[in-house]
Amino acid sequence: MVESTRNCEDVWREISNYIDGEVDAAMRLEMEEHFKVCKRCASVLAGTQNVVQLYGDERMLEVPAGFSRRLEKRLARNASGRGQRWSSWWAWLVPAAAVVLIAAGVLLMNSLTFKNFIQSRHAQPGNNVPPDLVVVVSDGSKVFHVPGCPFIHDKASERTMTAKEATRDGYVPCTRCLRQYLKTGLTQHAGQQVAETAGGGGDEEQEELLSTAGR
Amino acid sequence: MPKVRMALNITVKNPEQTGSVRDADLIAKVQSGQHELFYELVQPYERRVYAAALAILRNEEDAEDAAQEAMLKAFANIRKFRAEARFSTWLIQITVNEALMRRRRERTVVMEGIDDRHSGPGEAESDYAPRDFADWREIPSEALERKEVRQRLAEALATLDEKYRQVFVLRDMEHLNIQETAEALGITVASVKTRLLRARLMLRDLLAAGWKQGWFSRLPFEKGTKPW
Repeated sequence: MVESTRNCEDVWREISNYIDGEVDAAMRLEMEEHFKVCKRCASVLAGTQNVVQLYGDERMLEVPAGFSRRLEKRLARNASGRGQRWSSWWAWLVPAAAVVLIAAGVLLMNSLTFKNFIQSRHAQPGNNVPPDLVVVVSDGSKVFHVPGCPFIHDKASERTMTAKEATRDGYVPCTRCLRQYLKTGLTQHAGQQVAETAGGGGDEEQEELLSTAGR
Repeated sequence: MPKVRMALNITVKNPEQTGSVRDADLIAKVQSGQHELFYELVQPYERRVYAAALAILRNEEDAEDAAQEAMLKAFANIRKFRAEARFSTWLIQITVNEALMRRRRERTVVMEGIDDRHSGPGEAESDYAPRDFADWREIPSEALERKEVRQRLAEALATLDEKYRQVFVLRDMEHLNIQETAEALGITVASVKTRLLRARLMLRDLLAAGWKQGWFSRLPFEKGTKPW
């Protein structure tokens, strides 16, 4: 039997480390021998072990009633908040895309309308053209011209008729040789739009754009 | 007061104590966006998290709020979690940090505890001497089935000075190891050991007093035996 060489205070100082296995083998042996002969220190050891055992039990970790439910709720709210942030981002994306589409649609409509203006300018019947005016038509085009117009297509197939007849047959006046009869509000509006689209250039530019569009 | 540290940056160098397979699986899923699984991940630790907060704040409402806030922070920072630490340890460290910050912010008046009745300001932490030397018999864990016993034990714990209570709760109730406890509280390993010794001895004396006051008087001891 090893005789205890430790006094009680030494043992108390190390008793916590002893329980945790944090003392070296020699110290452990000395302490064990001391506990055998010292009832006071054995009492301290047993009581301390009781403390560690009781408080270390899961049942000592009590939570207030409803804690779990409240925690779950708060976490869910937070998680859904994250989700909402995402959905609100997407929710913003949808109208944003819609705005872009609408804007694109408006631009497209304007563009088409603009084309319509140009087309209408060409397609408009020669209502203001004197009905008895002698005009020239040719194959490959539904435009009637004044005789000698340089823009007559397929001159070999030229035929003459009155403007009234040409209009009746679906021909429209040439924007070059008959432009004097096409100064209508519609053509003026079209001219403005072309001018605005072209950056407000001069009359020559307008005419060029109009004429190009009319080709 | 221990220095408040960013618990998120703490790495527990203890590879063998890496979180369980269950935790690892759930963590991976939550990190990949399955947020609804986070509660399932933390649910087993909610009592430990609450106890850690309560050990520092000593107020049930504050502790619950801090525990919930810590869970939310853990959720927000789940991508920062590194597998070399135990998830439970990481969670508790965040909780301790949250509770310490709250206490500092709110400048909570800490009640004078048993430590202050037995030691002066300059007294070394390890000088506490046991006062009761009754012959102890092991208290059966069945005693904890009784709510009033748990309540008595909780009250005894609450009388400890905070620096001892914090170490005791993290080490003996949360089962962090010495190193983890030191890192969570921002104190040295030596301080943890010293405070733990003192906390255990003080609680032992309080429990001994409890025996005498009849805390455990209705325990189902076998016929013919004495509690000690």
